[in-house]
Amino acid sequence: MEILMAFLIGILFMAATYLMLSKSLLRIIIGTGLLSHGAHLLILTMGGLKRGAPPLLGEHAATYVDPLPQALILTAIVISFGVTSFFLVLAYRAYQELGTDNMDRLRGKEGHE
Amino acid sequence: MNNLIILPILIPLITGVILIFFSKKILAQRWISAISSILTIIAAVLLVNHVYKNGIQTMDVSNWEAPYGITLVSDMLSALLVLTTSVIALAALFYSFKSIGIEREKFYYYPVVNFLLVGVNGAFTTGDIFNLFVFFEVMLMSSYVLMVLGGTKIQLRESIKYILVNVISSALFVIAVAYLYSVVGTLNMAHISVRISEIGNAGIITIIAVLFLIVFGLKGAIFPLYFWLPGSYYAPPAPIMALFGALLTKVGVYSITRTYTLFFYHDAGYTHQLLQILAIMTIIAGVIGAIAYLDIKKIIIYNIIVAVGVILFGVSVLTQESLTGSIFYLIHDMNIKAALFLLVGIIIRITGTSDLDKISGLLHRYPGLGWTFFIAALALAGIPPLSGFAGKLMIVRAGFEVESYVGAGIVLMSSLLVLFSVMKIFIKGFWGAPRAYKGEEDAPVKWLLFGPALLTAFAVLYGVGTEAIYPVISMAAETLANPEIYINAVLKE
Repeated sequence: MEILMAFLIGILFMAATYLMLSKSLLRIIIGTGLLSHGAHLLILTMGGLKRGAPPLLGEHAATYVDPLPQALILTAIVISFGVTSFFLVLAYRAYQELGTDNMDRLRGKEGHE
Repeated sequence: MNNLIILPILIPLITGVILIFFSKKILAQRWISAISSILTIIAAVLLVNHVYKNGIQTMDVSNWEAPYGITLVSDMLSALLVLTTSVIALAALFYSFKSIGIEREKFYYYPVVNFLLVGVNGAFTTGDIFNLFVFFEVMLMSSYVLMVLGGTKIQLRESIKYILVNVISSALFVIAVAYLYSVVGTLNMAHISVRISEIGNAGIITIIAVLFLIVFGLKGAIFPLYFWLPGSYYAPPAPIMALFGALLTKVGVYSITRTYTLFFYHDAGYTHQLLQILAIMTIIAGVIGAIAYLDIKKIIIYNIIVAVGVILFGVSVLTQESLTGSIFYLIHDMNIKAALFLLVGIIIRITGTSDLDKISGLLHRYPGLGWTFFIAALALAGIPPLSGFAGKLMIVRAGFEVESYVGAGIVLMSSLLVLFSVMKIFIKGFWGAPRAYKGEEDAPVKWLLFGPALLTAFAVLYGVGTEAIYPVISMAAETLANPEIYINAVLKE
């Protein structure tokens, strides 16, 4: 199962890298979304995917899945939500103000406004 | 009494939260943030004193014992960095009062600065690798807002690049933590160190070490990963630039220092050799930038990169003496970079430009500014009675001791070129025929000079009192050189 997940995460990282290297700002933001998706799945996978009950003590099971990676993912998800929403609004403002979403045209002259 | 550790995190946090509620009352905002930043300095001084007398202080948050809960650890290094951060914050805040402008102040400038300090102080104090990630994000989120606040075109453009680079490096940080967790099964830094020494010399540990170097190198601007810094730091106004230049990259440098002395010291032949080569390349890249430009902001920005290289060269040599030198230099550099950025800010406020060709003769009208800048420039280059000397001396001596002649020679050469780059500003900008500049009459130079003059005075004292400070710094270096001290303090076995 971990092998399968590793391939999936690898594909996500590949797609994210490809998108982030493109010219359009929106494609770049979609790339960051895929990147954080891959990173979160990687935490889950690296914590182990052995069978067990969900981490609720009311289940009275013999084994539970590891609760720590789940807490880490939850933290990482809300952080990346925050950053992504800020980034999206920034892209919107930049589009209004600068009139382009092409990264090549966002270069600006060296040392000038 | 142990709760003293958390005060430098808690005070700015509470201040930031309180300040959100009345963002339009600017006078109250200024007073409250000034008072809270003085309180933070007092707490940091008490903390340094406490650590000096009683050794490493740890605090298990909510009384969960060490590897299971989050532990905050204050050894000498983190306590000193927290103190330096607080002093710089006070200077930058004082500078902001008269320079940042009402528009920015009304839109949550002071709360965000306080949240930035929460992130930086937290990152210096935490003893948990995932908690370090969270404090990094607190710091970065605040820095995004500070960078774009005001919304000019150049700020919007550079913020996009800055955020993109940091989103990628944060994702890499998460990935690195995931790999490390799957190998060692713990997140507490001391416990990770114990587990790694039990595993010993495994290849996967080296790979994770390099991954951490990439992550923190992106934050701290080391050689192939510094490309984002010159453009991004160019955009925001001077006090924000001072906070960024003094604090943000240094958190990356601190994290590299911490991980490479606490976790990854087993296969030093590979990892520290790599770090050494990258540090040397960083110095070279930095000085090339510093001597290439005739733009005062760019010159100081490239000097950040030089300093990061010098500090990391000391870390990569990994002897007690080189670590002491690195810590000396780290604290000196945070202080002097903040001072220089603020001074550059005043020059730009007076002249309205950062182009050296359009500035001359400032010394006639502003002797205080001129001589403060002169002293700060000499301190940056490491002229003996001032603060940059002792650290660099120890780094170079340690470099010669382990027969790393090329590296030590480049550190020495870099001093010369750094001196050239800042003296270029002094000679071209302050000497020569005086010119009249538009809008210089209403520049509140005396008020603005207070912050950088304080920091420069601090640099002089730090240089003159090297002998008095030495035991404190060498105590910090001892913890880095012997990770057992740190581990025993945290795990209390």
